[in-house]
Amino acid sequence: MLKEAEIRTFIDGATNYFETSVQQAASVGSPYLVIDGKPGSYEYTGIINISGARKGVVYFTARRAMLMVMLMRMHETDSSEETIKDLVGEVANTISGNARRDFGKNFLISVPTVIANEPDKVTAPHSRSYVIPINWRTHSAKLVVCLE
Amino acid sequence: METNSRSQASLKLLIVDDSNIIRRRIERSQQIARLEVVGSAGNGREAIDLFRRTQPDVVTMDLTMPEMDGIACVEQLVAINPKVLILVVSALADKATAVEAIEKGANGFLCKPFTDRQLNDALEELLTET
Repeated sequence: MLKEAEIRTFIDGATNYFETSVQQAASVGSPYLVIDGKPGSYEYTGIINISGARKGVVYFTARRAMLMVMLMRMHETDSSEETIKDLVGEVANTISGNARRDFGKNFLISVPTVIANEPDKVTAPHSRSYVIPINWRTHSAKLVVCLE
Repeated sequence: METNSRSQASLKLLIVDDSNIIRRRIERSQQIARLEVVGSAGNGREAIDLFRRTQPDVVTMDLTMPEMDGIACVEQLVAINPKVLILVVSALADKATAVEAIEKGANGFLCKPFTDRQLNDALEELLTET
């Protein structure tokens, strides 16, 4: 179960990522709790496994169109499949890593795993997940936090 | 007479990060005339191999990487060349990790995500203060 302040950590991480990396603010919708173990995903999902003091996953999921525009904003000219997967993993990694500022060193994060074009394969390890909706330009994405 | 900035380079830079996007971003964004990128590596093992072959003066080092993480890599690079300057560039934002990296031999810490200016300021500081 996440406390409100812990959810705020991930909201701040997502906001900071967009402001800094793509230099264009995203708006974050109201986080909501999913209790059926199916928080949902888009075409590309970067997943970070969390171990240590907390256990679970943090994932960032977005459509290809959004990730392509993000790459352009980052002045990245390579928009290959590999680069899109790299980006979605890096977003998840950065937001999860930044969370250690509040969760501490024992919030251990894995290297990213990326699932592309198989949204049904993206699963949460526990029934309860918090979904943080992210709106950027005309695009929608989600940050999903599923921790014990 | 104008000279190519590469010909002015006097310090070699190795970029280590498991994200190709970040490696390319650092290479593209760093604007310090005396730094010349001599290679990039996607994990600690590759980094050590490239380090021995290219003998860089400066390294940017990610921490969360497959095969060998950045902290272990910092230790090994410093053992090979104690004079190397290492800027850790990582998303791991807790103070304890930054302290550990410095204790193992890193000289600076830049938290991801970063702007071009923050990257160049961190590199300048690394070259100035050490």
